Amino acid sequence: MTLFDIPTAALLGQLMLGLINGAFYALLSLGLAIIFGLLKVINFAHGAQYMLGAFVALLLSRHFGIDYWAALILVPVLVGLSGCLLERFLLRPIANQNHLYSLLLTFGLALIMQNLFTNLYGSSGNAYPTPEVFRGAVNLGFMHLPLYRAWVIVAALAVCLAAWFVIEKTRLGAYLRAGTENPQLMQGFGINIPFLITLTYGFGAALAAFAGVLAAPLYSVSPTMGANLLIVVFAVVVIGGMGSIVGAVVTGLAMGLIEGLTKVIYPQAATTVIFAVMVMVLLLKPNGLFGKGA
Amino acid sequence: MSELHATPIEQLRLDNVHAFYGESHILHGIDMKVNRGELVTLLGRNGAGRSTILKSIMGMVGRRTGSIMVNGRETTRLPAFRIPRLGAGYCPEERGIFASLDVEENLLLPPTVRSGGMSLDEIYAMFPNLYERRRSQGTRLSGGEQQMLAMGRILRTGANLLLLDEITEGLAPVIVQKLAEVLVKLKERGLTIILVEQNFRFAAPLADRHYLIEHGRIAEEISAAELPGKMDLLHRQLGV
Repeated sequence: MTLFDIPTAALLGQLMLGLINGAFYALLSLGLAIIFGLLKVINFAHGAQYMLGAFVALLLSRHFGIDYWAALILVPVLVGLSGCLLERFLLRPIANQNHLYSLLLTFGLALIMQNLFTNLYGSSGNAYPTPEVFRGAVNLGFMHLPLYRAWVIVAALAVCLAAWFVIEKTRLGAYLRAGTENPQLMQGFGINIPFLITLTYGFGAALAAFAGVLAAPLYSVSPTMGANLLIVVFAVVVIGGMGSIVGAVVTGLAMGLIEGLTKVIYPQAATTVIFAVMVMVLLLKPNGLFGKGA
Repeated sequence: MSELHATPIEQLRLDNVHAFYGESHILHGIDMKVNRGELVTLLGRNGAGRSTILKSIMGMVGRRTGSIMVNGRETTRLPAFRIPRLGAGYCPEERGIFASLDVEENLLLPPTVRSGGMSLDEIYAMFPNLYERRRSQGTRLSGGEQQMLAMGRILRTGANLLLLDEITEGLAPVIVQKLAEVLVKLKERGLTIILVEQNFRFAAPLADRHYLIEHGRIAEEISAAELPGKMDLLHRQLGV
């Protein structure tokens, strides 16, 4: 069976792979959007925090025998805590400066981390074993979907949904939304905004690390894995609209699918299609598809 | 003031308060004292520094010096988020309704700072419009409803010192009347209220005392009893 001369199986297969990439885009752009919303910091360290997630999982497994499932919980906590420290001691002192300072600071930190890991572990990738239960594949009719990839989609979507629930439906989320709009008035109600900011940055870093652990068995764990991904994720955030939570997730998944679709129709454009979409969105709707205005 | 407080309890005291926004020196040595249960207004022209007095109390100005005691605690060295926990509730001039929250979320947003606040039901009973529109986006409400929301929001927290900035500004007379009734009820509950008000006819019958603010200083303190004799002065100073 074919559709526009494209075998349906190939199309569905690429869409499925696109959805997996999209799940990572969604997780990472969600963290970026939350951080930008409250802190107005464009977190260039996000890719490095994703890489850190994968590397810490790898090192914990190598040196302490800590398995995938424990790492999935432990690593985001550790990287999240390091994010809290980073915010408290490096970002807070420059919080009142031009936003370029925090951008440059996080960019510099990302370079330091990337090169530190390159020095210590080399630039070639390291394999992380796929957890036992996910070895094997399921036949979907149009493709053999490795079980681990199916798990990645489920886990990423579950975390995005949980984050959405916390932000939209809980008291803490209301503080976050209101703090994003008017932090000074929130202090006037007795909300400890500096503490909320530290927690939010830590949470964003933890999301990146979670994505990193998810990615570890899928892609090779290398010091530059985050830098390569981050550029695409920034394009996703621009398309979705800076600071929009739902926008980040929906756009992340959609861009993964568009990428997959392009791989079938015109493979040469697959790596650039997201940037073409970004250019179009910037021309037609500069605040992004889900943006609320400048 | 009610007979219960035979000895007045000092709720708020400002001593030689100066406030600055960057290089601008806005308040030039404010001294004032407000007792528990009093309703005091800050009168004056736009730009006289009345809103800045409220913001100074809340720690929302760039820098402040002197002494500001809220419920007996010195606050000039406290971070801003600690001051509401001493019992101060602030209703800003721009109302500060959050667009990303619905009406009920806006109402439930400020954390409880002390016991004795009003329940959600009591607030809805006081402002029935808010109940009808509790699922609407906060900023979709009319100006009057937004004002009621901004007031109701701080009544839930148990704050016993209310700082209300221009709550009648731009509102229809029937809503202004409603707000006057609400203030009377709040006063009966023993709350202390500081009102920055342009609408003198609204403020005069409610207040125990008035401070006339000019150029960041207190030009005159007028008690309710002295008011009739000072009308000429006020008309001249306020242009009302």
